[in-house]
Amino acid sequence: MELRGEILLPGAAEGPLLRLRAPISFWGGVDPASGKIVDVRHPDHGRCVAGTMLALPGTIGSSSSSSVLLELTRRGMAPAGMLLAEVDAILLVGLVVAHEMGWPFCPALRLDAKTFAALDQVACRIRVDGTIEALSLGSFSAMP
Amino acid sequence: MTILDAFERRIAEDEGGAAVAMRIVAESARLLGAPKLIPIASAHIDGCLYHGDSGTLFAEKLVAGAARVQVPTTLNVGALDLLRASTVKLAGEKRAMARRLMAAYEALGCRPTWTCAPYQAGHRPAAGEDVAWGESNAVAFCNSVLGARTNRYGDFLDIACAISGRAPLFGLHIPANRRARVIVDVTGLSAHLRDSDVFYPAFGSWYGKALGETIGVIDGLSGVAGEDRLKAFGAAAAASGAVALFHVAGVTPEAADVAAALGAEPAEERIVVTSAMIASARDDLSTAEGDRIDAVAIGSPHLSFAEFEALAAALGGRRLAVPFYACTGRHVVRALDEAGRRTPLEAAGITIVADTCVVVTPILAEIAGVLMTNSGKFAHYAPGNTGYSVQFGSLEECVESAVAGKLVREGGLWN
Repeated sequence: MELRGEILLPGAAEGPLLRLRAPISFWGGVDPASGKIVDVRHPDHGRCVAGTMLALPGTIGSSSSSSVLLELTRRGMAPAGMLLAEVDAILLVGLVVAHEMGWPFCPALRLDAKTFAALDQVACRIRVDGTIEALSLGSFSAMP
Repeated sequence: MTILDAFERRIAEDEGGAAVAMRIVAESARLLGAPKLIPIASAHIDGCLYHGDSGTLFAEKLVAGAARVQVPTTLNVGALDLLRASTVKLAGEKRAMARRLMAAYEALGCRPTWTCAPYQAGHRPAAGEDVAWGESNAVAFCNSVLGARTNRYGDFLDIACAISGRAPLFGLHIPANRRARVIVDVTGLSAHLRDSDVFYPAFGSWYGKALGETIGVIDGLSGVAGEDRLKAFGAAAAASGAVALFHVAGVTPEAADVAAALGAEPAEERIVVTSAMIASARDDLSTAEGDRIDAVAIGSPHLSFAEFEALAAALGGRRLAVPFYACTGRHVVRALDEAGRRTPLEAAGITIVADTCVVVTPILAEIAGVLMTNSGKFAHYAPGNTGYSVQFGSLEECVESAVAGKLVREGGLWN
């Protein structure tokens, strides 16, 4: 089955899927230098968002989450792509600013609830037309 | 799709910092599904706190592009105390980049207020005005207590709105989205509890967890909920539950009474608050056990002059046995100096922290210690941001504990 999302920020990307089990605040939740999830109360504490296709069930809106995502982007430690269950204007402003700074930034898609729930592949690719293709794990030896 | 008018389009298609700002606002509006942009009357900026070099590079790009804010704009805390350099231990390259960040925001034309309580430093938009404010407690106060209209504007979008003089039309800018859905009934709580300062951060912490982004109207605080209490309540509620707007019947401008706050529609729910619920929220704010305390910090949001007077009264000329940090804005430091009130406080052992605070930058001694506070917001953020565990208590308990060098509790209030 081919999945499709609404294009928020266009682009193509691929990587291992990291589907978070709970909403997260990037500020205080993700280390801006390494991409590691540092919120000790988060079920995915210790995983790393860098280079992943990051599926976010929701965000907790700290107003500095945009700063953390911009810093990850500048350091090359951002996710490869973002798959969002709901639009978070604060977080994505970090990518809008990266665009203005001339720094490469990751694409972002919004998925409806059914599509988000259907994400079960170990790795995937976003195409520029907003479709999501499953990939085999073979091409990704370095799982986060 | 977001429609820009001819003026906005011309700016966005131009070059320089003003164009960057307009494009950021327009792109954000598109992501939010806002139909158009609206003019704003003022802004309050949270993006001046250092989180990494990218924020400094962005602000300096705006400066290099000759951007200037188009509306009166205040600044939230930075990572440094510019009045007394030794307060903050941030060192080396990070300190230099944090200083450059603060300088860049000043160069954009923002007022160097460096406070999370801009509404007590003369920045008070009128009820019904559209503004673009950042910092969660400032947003809650601006919407709820002043009745001005703002969403929770995050880093970068806040300054982009200030430079463009525009904000996306969505969320709390739309009057229909501001009405209460839930009644929070505190009329059953004792009058003594409702008239106690320490009730407000504890109640706020409960409220944020219980309501989240659902808008409520609180019934039962008319006559007792003064400005500093609403400040403490809103900060705690915004920290625990992203609360951007609350109403208090008979107190806040959109709530002449409960029915007015509900927009003359029926409430979806009525929550009857018990003292046990608030006592439980109060207990959750403390993470430490035993009677050890290593430091006391108050002033999140930044202390008002009146709160310093309450501190001096509680202290009664005694000396403190542990470090005691009182965080505030330079507007209050100036007033303390003029009134001759600062020197006696410092002589008693109080460190007055200006322009910043203890949970956003390294100020506390680097130990795995216990911090006592009367702030719901400090209690929420101290464990993650400083490594200290927390004892939450009233101002009087904080002062008595600091004098004794160990935890001192008063009894009775919550029963």
